[in-house]
Amino acid sequence: MPYGLGIAKGMMVTLKNLIRPHQTIQYPEERVVQHPRFRGEDFVWYEERCTGCASCAKFCPLGIIRIETKPGGQQTAEGEKYELEVFDIELARCMFCGLCVEACPYDALHMGSGFERGSYRRTDLVIPIEELRTAPKRPSTWFRPQLEDKGYNPFTGDTLSWLEVGRENQVSPTYSDMQERWVNKR
Amino acid sequence: MGPVLSENALYRPLYSFLDGLLPESLDWVAYFLTGFAIVFLLVNVLLIFASVFVFMLRRLLGLFQTRLGPNRVGPFGILQPFADLLKLLLKEDVRPREADPLLFTIAPVLMVAPVFIILAVVPFGRNSFLADLNIAVLFFIGVTTVSTLAVFLAGWGSGNRYALIGAVRAVAQLVSYEVPMVLSLVGVLLLAGTMSLVGVVEAQRIPFILLQPLGFFVFLMAASAEMNWTPFDLLEAESELTAGFHTEYSGTKFSLLQLGEFASVIVLSGSISTLFLRGWENPFGPLSWPEVLPSHIWFIAKIFAVLFLLIWVRATIVRLRIDQVMAFAWIVLFPLAIINMFVTAGLVVAWPEPTTAQLWMMVAVNWVVAIVSIVGISFLMEKNRKVPTTTVRLVKVTPEVR
Repeated sequence: MPYGLGIAKGMMVTLKNLIRPHQTIQYPEERVVQHPRFRGEDFVWYEERCTGCASCAKFCPLGIIRIETKPGGQQTAEGEKYELEVFDIELARCMFCGLCVEACPYDALHMGSGFERGSYRRTDLVIPIEELRTAPKRPSTWFRPQLEDKGYNPFTGDTLSWLEVGRENQVSPTYSDMQERWVNKR
Repeated sequence: MGPVLSENALYRPLYSFLDGLLPESLDWVAYFLTGFAIVFLLVNVLLIFASVFVFMLRRLLGLFQTRLGPNRVGPFGILQPFADLLKLLLKEDVRPREADPLLFTIAPVLMVAPVFIILAVVPFGRNSFLADLNIAVLFFIGVTTVSTLAVFLAGWGSGNRYALIGAVRAVAQLVSYEVPMVLSLVGVLLLAGTMSLVGVVEAQRIPFILLQPLGFFVFLMAASAEMNWTPFDLLEAESELTAGFHTEYSGTKFSLLQLGEFASVIVLSGSISTLFLRGWENPFGPLSWPEVLPSHIWFIAKIFAVLFLLIWVRATIVRLRIDQVMAFAWIVLFPLAIINMFVTAGLVVAWPEPTTAQLWMMVAVNWVVAIVSIVGISFLMEKNRKVPTTTVRLVKVTPEVR
């Protein structure tokens, strides 16, 4: 190939790219569609399911979840429980590993689906218990196969009540189900 | 009224208006005011064009890279250059302790001034020019060279190693590319028979890009090396030299340096369209089309066509190594310019007063020569291409070696 022909080819490549539509996304107007399993910043917490066991706080590798309880609470499902006074998640140091969600034995804590929590002060990056109580409940399906099996998508779906997110109603898969899912589909 | 003003469509209305206002004895005031007003207008038009060019560059580079480019400031982002300028003007004007105060300050001015001076000889419309020098091409070549000096002063005066390396590269590169640039112009001058840029435009019965394809190629390459355009922008290679000669500059001085670069690109595109694309005339050759558009619009359209070509090149070709740049000047462009010069000279001797048929025969001969010589040189380059070989030598690490 003569010297310089590559340049001519390259010129044609860039000219083709000039008339191609742009591939970038103009962020504030349009957003990338996130996966339902996206581990977002706003944690979804169901007080009705929480027993105040603080497993999340114990499993957090960074120790950024602070829980203070006192005896005397009443849980909707199980009866007597600890009453939660403080449930702070310090997002400024959170790395969104999701170990707190994995640790929760009652499916009370879920990852959220948001990613826009820019802030001017570090103190604004602490989620207090009031916000956890009142925030819209759109749990990510990360580590929650029961939500995934329902086909739930936090970005398009409705908010879920505490009755819909647990795995207690989940029928464990039979042998033929597993065969279908892991062997026949491959 | 001096000889410069007599035929000039730019000056005449304003001059006669001012002359009517002022008494007879104050003719020189009218003359002075007219000149000042026209120069003021042109300089500001050039500044506006520079900002339009910056916007066009950023938007088109974005489109070439399948993104959008700046689109936030103003409608479609057209105010982006002004936002950039405002940001630069608000910055602190820092001068390093090692810098030479005089050279460091004078370099940005020296970068901008020649660009405006070249503007004096470029005709941008029928009977619209600041000065119709009879040695305009020589003037143009001489004044563009001054920016080399500015780059070198900036690099030397900064007191910074990277800036100095960039400046040394600049001098080596720009001085080398002067040679093919001037030689490629010889063909145009032989065909036109004059060195005045107005004369060159008037001599083009068909655009000289048809008669001088090789000259156009060489001149385009050499001019993009002169204005530090991308395949040759070694002197500000940010991956190796931070920013080259303007590493230490900030604020107003930096904006002046940038302005000088962008304005020189515009002025060089203007000279390319004057020399090779028939200047202000309509580009459709000897058909003598009716005058559908004003001559200034044709000129501006041609400038933007050349700018588009340059941006296209910038979006495609990567930066060369310094030895490749020098080899390209001396091994490729220099022989091509020499071939072009001799072929054109032969044709001019053969047909001193060409008829239209002879003109098209000249076009055919020149294109054949251009294609054959470019392809021949590219095959020669391929044959002599040296694949860099690295020899690996194993060294036993002893305390002495270490």
